Amino acid sequence: MEIICSFLILFLAAGLSLIPTTSRGFAPLTTVFGTAVTLMIAVNIALKASTGAQVVAIDGWVSCDSFGALLLLLVSFVGLTAAIFSFGYIGKTADLDDPARIRRYYARYNLFLVSMMAVPVLSQITLVWIAVELTTLLSVFLVSFPNTSEAIEAAWKYAVLTCMGAALALFGILVLYWGMTLAGGGPFTWSGLVAASPKIPPALLQTGFLFILIGFGTKAGLVPMHTWLPDAHSQAPSPICALLSGVETSTALYAIMKVVPAVQAISGGSSFNKWIVILGLLSACFAAFLLIQVKEYKRLFAFSTIEHMGIILVAVGLGGSHAYFGATYQILSHAFTKSFCFFAAGAALTVAGARDISAVRGLIRESPLVGGSLLLGALAISGAPPFAVFLSEFAIFRAGISSEQYVATGLLALFVVIAFCGIMFHISRMVFGAPTGQSERPNLPPTYIASLALAAVPVCLFGLYIPGPLLELLRLAATSLGR
Amino acid sequence: MMHATDSTMLLLTELNALAAGFFLLTAFGLIATRQVLACLKIFVIQSLFLAASAFILGYQNVSASLVVVGGITVGVKAILIPWLFLRTLEYELRSRREISQVFNIPTSLLISLALVIFAYFISLPLLEAAPNAAATVNLPIGLGSLLLGAYALTVRREAVPQVIAILSMENGAFFAGISIAPDLPLIAELAAAFDVLIITRVMGVLTMKVHGQIGTTKVGEMVALKEE
Repeated sequence: MEIICSFLILFLAAGLSLIPTTSRGFAPLTTVFGTAVTLMIAVNIALKASTGAQVVAIDGWVSCDSFGALLLLLVSFVGLTAAIFSFGYIGKTADLDDPARIRRYYARYNLFLVSMMAVPVLSQITLVWIAVELTTLLSVFLVSFPNTSEAIEAAWKYAVLTCMGAALALFGILVLYWGMTLAGGGPFTWSGLVAASPKIPPALLQTGFLFILIGFGTKAGLVPMHTWLPDAHSQAPSPICALLSGVETSTALYAIMKVVPAVQAISGGSSFNKWIVILGLLSACFAAFLLIQVKEYKRLFAFSTIEHMGIILVAVGLGGSHAYFGATYQILSHAFTKSFCFFAAGAALTVAGARDISAVRGLIRESPLVGGSLLLGALAISGAPPFAVFLSEFAIFRAGISSEQYVATGLLALFVVIAFCGIMFHISRMVFGAPTGQSERPNLPPTYIASLALAAVPVCLFGLYIPGPLLELLRLAATSLGR
Repeated sequence: MMHATDSTMLLLTELNALAAGFFLLTAFGLIATRQVLACLKIFVIQSLFLAASAFILGYQNVSASLVVVGGITVGVKAILIPWLFLRTLEYELRSRREISQVFNIPTSLLISLALVIFAYFISLPLLEAAPNAAATVNLPIGLGSLLLGAYALTVRREAVPQVIAILSMENGAFFAGISIAPDLPLIAELAAAFDVLIITRVMGVLTMKVHGQIGTTKVGEMVALKEE
């Protein structure tokens, strides 16, 4: 029931945002309030799911297990912080003489959140496909919101390539459905698929999974289908980047990971794992090297997202409960940290007024808050201790070594180190060094500071301490990935 | 009596094969055509063949849901989508210039032929694992059209043909789908139909934005964002 409630609240917020009022703060405040309530509901759902219970709203259609609750929690948290950030962002950048455009932004923002929250709670696989497709279609105009030719180009590539991926995934899902019918039917849900998988002909499972991997992998930004991601994730408004990079990519990965336990039913499942590992390593490798040559700092974080998606996929491919735990942990740490990074990058963009890394120097002297946040974000996302990404990556390495997959683990560690060097090289140049000497700097809107502070809490906390229920949620989610 | 039913079924199977053949032909047509309006027309014809195949298979399997799928396809893809296109992008559609694309058309057709053969070889192990009379025709051709759509998307440099390529990919997926998943829940079909409408609407508006920004809809000319 709570699940339905949170959806109704977001729909309501979307509708209310569209009301033409003279008050400029109405739409943003409604959105912030709506997302805050949604976050509370999501925390409640996560607490229930962490006891191992299935939170059911409509049996067989809308329900939420531990993995779903984890995603729900992440989406609603980033949704709240990004909503607060949007308040200041829109005030700073959008031409204020067009209030209708701002209202549409908030309406779309809420609908985008609805679509992302629908992915983990829908049980029917075909409906999950529609939800993933809708996350694209509802966020296209958020990406093109700045209305520059770059933003529109990015939005176009984003829409075209992810829709292409969705069509491939649709074919994969239809093949899986075929397999279900042959195995004697039953509801076409994630759990139904896993239950029926031993009876599905392996050829069908493999082909179906392959198409889903390529299709949704396009949306998750896996190399070589990643070409749209650095564009969309760097040109969109910073709060939207936080949502796209932090959680939207993870919802696509969720749809892939949910099929993994079914594929494990194939006797030769381990060979499939090898392919997953190779695809993941490819993403991590490309992203790590592309990070070095990058010219814009928002693009830098976008490439880092590709790297992290690769790391999660490698963890999934390594197999075993420890690696699965690393994968879910990595999803968690990536969502919190990457959204924080994009808030810091957005604040830096406001302070410095330039997207290029080379145009920004001595940020910490110009604005200690922004410089400090950017440094914190860069350290946290590149996997320095004592942050959550370090622990989750470490968990994956340990799982890889204990399952004696030395080559994959070694390569992954190498790419992580390269990415670390790349990120820190660029960001330290921006943060330290002599200021370029801008005479006047725009002061930061208070909502920037509020959302940075709020987003910094999990970034700093989760590397040192994870609350018991959350840890339990991660464990349960990891268990649900195995057979 | 039994004999008559058998021959009817045989006739229907052959009609379905005919529809499948024309469906594949339209998929090639989408790659070979040089003009935007012709592209849209071919897409409508392709959707009609998809609907025809759905009706035939629906009659053969006595499946009401397939007949509904056929109905939805006609309503959405042959009527609503062209109407939406004409409403938002009439000028673009009627412009009589050649669609710009990466390869020339003969090369494209050769690559397409290779893709269809590839699709056939992907389908073989599936059909061996799960023999299904209707799927023998529909699966390779649907998969082939899916891949041809992906190919058209990659080589066409213009907005409207790219959108039509995406829609034709969905057609391909569903052409295979009506044979391999004939009893797919109706809500999924309805949602998918709704989905293609949103695609058309969103991409149509985005095309207008592209036009407003760079003065043309040759999206291939947008090259500001790339790796150095």
